[in-house]
Amino acid sequence: MLSVRQQPFKTAVLVLVWGWLLFLVLAPNLLVVGASMMTRDPVSFLSLPLNLDAYRQLFDPLYLEVFLHSLFMAAMTTLVCLLIGYPFAWALSRVGKQRQLLLIFLLIVPFWTNSLVRTYALKLILATNGLLNNGLMSLGLIDEPLQLLYTEGAVIVGLVYLLLPFMILPLYSVFDDLKQEVLLASHDLGAGRLSTFIHVIVPLTLPGVLAGVMLVLLPAMGLFFVPDILGGSRHLLVGNVIKNQFLDARNWPFGAAASIVLTVAMAFLMFAHRLSKRRLGEEGP
Amino acid sequence: MKQTLLSLQGISKVFADKTVLDGLDLDIYDGEFITLLGPSGCGKTTLLRLMAGFEQADAGRILLGDNDISHAPPEHRPLNTVFQHYALFPHMTVFDNVAYGLKMEKRPKHEIRERVEDALAMVQLGDYARRKPHQLSGGQQQRVAIARAVVKRPRLLLLDEPLSALDYKLRRTMQVELKRLQRELGITFVFVTHDQEEALSMSDRVVVLKDGVVQQLGTPREIYERPANLFTARFVGETNLFPGRLKQITESAITVDVFGVHRTLRRPDFSVADGQSVHVLLRPEDIRVLEPNADHGLSGKVVERNYKGSTLDSVIHLDDGTEVLASEFFDEDDPAFDYRLGEPVKVSWVDGWEWLLPEEAGQAVPDGERTADA
Repeated sequence: MLSVRQQPFKTAVLVLVWGWLLFLVLAPNLLVVGASMMTRDPVSFLSLPLNLDAYRQLFDPLYLEVFLHSLFMAAMTTLVCLLIGYPFAWALSRVGKQRQLLLIFLLIVPFWTNSLVRTYALKLILATNGLLNNGLMSLGLIDEPLQLLYTEGAVIVGLVYLLLPFMILPLYSVFDDLKQEVLLASHDLGAGRLSTFIHVIVPLTLPGVLAGVMLVLLPAMGLFFVPDILGGSRHLLVGNVIKNQFLDARNWPFGAAASIVLTVAMAFLMFAHRLSKRRLGEEGP
Repeated sequence: MKQTLLSLQGISKVFADKTVLDGLDLDIYDGEFITLLGPSGCGKTTLLRLMAGFEQADAGRILLGDNDISHAPPEHRPLNTVFQHYALFPHMTVFDNVAYGLKMEKRPKHEIRERVEDALAMVQLGDYARRKPHQLSGGQQQRVAIARAVVKRPRLLLLDEPLSALDYKLRRTMQVELKRLQRELGITFVFVTHDQEEALSMSDRVVVLKDGVVQQLGTPREIYERPANLFTARFVGETNLFPGRLKQITESAITVDVFGVHRTLRRPDFSVADGQSVHVLLRPEDIRVLEPNADHGLSGKVVERNYKGSTLDSVIHLDDGTEVLASEFFDEDDPAFDYRLGEPVKVSWVDGWEWLLPEEAGQAVPDGERTADA
């Protein structure tokens, strides 16, 4: 074994990586786990004794309803992202390399603007006397403005708008890896377009679908500012609940417990994603 | 009488202004092993893809028996392909890969099972049915690809450089195995390769292609011994091309003057005139290397020698600078055989083994050229 003195660079890199993981990933998560099991305290926020009351509170019908509604909106968001993203990524992988780079660039450009600002922009479009309503009225398609803002639809539109690139990019990656020869082989063996889609394309792009779902479903439950801006006071996300518990209701244990639920859900999705990749032999046995 | 199974008539294909195939005609006989041979970019793979239905020809017709399949999609053509990079379905087991084509035909389960097991036994992979492709070696994946294609009992099997990704030894084994399979199954094989040795050793007939045009179509022996033009002569095997001049032309024979040596040969197929320059083609194994005091032959000296096990290959420079390739079978009893570099020798060749080719437009008679076996 070489000593620290002999391999300063390697040591420095390892210390940095492990330090990062320990202090910025593991420690905060442990703090959240710890907080979720403590007791609410009006002065110092948290106090002993340890208990599981916060988790019990998650099953309070009031919060359960918020969670289920949030899950529903996140699921709708994911579905819409998938329905748009799947054909988009497919087409993206089929155009020439030059145009592919341009399209991916265009996909990434919005990231340069703060998502909060972009959500406000969306608000201006959807507002009662916003761009969309005025446009439709001047075209004579509607007589009076539609109620677009402060609806469930507006929240889902906002979430889709912000999260679509996170669905497209992993899907593009699997479509880009999809070998033309394999599709030709399927046709060659007597499969039509539909059979090839079901038996070859879908299974081979499944890891990308799961990666996309992972990157969209969870954030779609957490992006609290979207319902704040577009959804009015109804249509809350789990993210809103967590934010409110920490900042307004001052119930840290409950906010921490709600966070843990999202983290555990994420772990499940990652596990499923790993399984799907292993099926294709992309990782070790 | 040989029966035509697949007939390609006037096939043309243009990709982005580049003519890949130009009015090509080819009849493939039932049950034969035919090889499309040519350098990369000659159109051989495009031709195969047209047969498979992956591409559509810009002009011409493809007939399978009496049916025009020019516009049939690949899934409706009773022929199957073995892809260069195998193209196995990575998410399916070996069994499911092979069963795929039969499932698409909606065959009963027990029949699928039986036929897949037979096909896997045929390629000696019976024990690997439950494995995934990524758990197999390259040679095993290749066998799965072959089993997957032949299990459908196609009229015609298209093989697109199927052995190019394998190492030399495995390639030789697979060559023998493919020949065996073809004999046992009685399926017509259309084999694409750029490896002339592979083409010669496996095929019943070879099609030599260049720039989308058939250069020559014949048995391996015809292609090697009687090449139709300079391209084929150079592409297939190593070649000595000597400048020759025709003399004394009669109805059936001509005399050719090569380096002052006069040889009388059968009159060639192309039109000849007295005094005409021609190429005299001699394969390295036609050349005899003699001792320097031999009573005949052209004098020169050895500049390179390569021991190849069964043969000794040497390069000899004649006194006028012409390079000659010679390949002789090893003979341990002949003391004169083992010449050293720089040693003077005489060069001769077997009388009557010369093959004449006309000069081609824009080409002077080259000094004994050396060609790499691409």
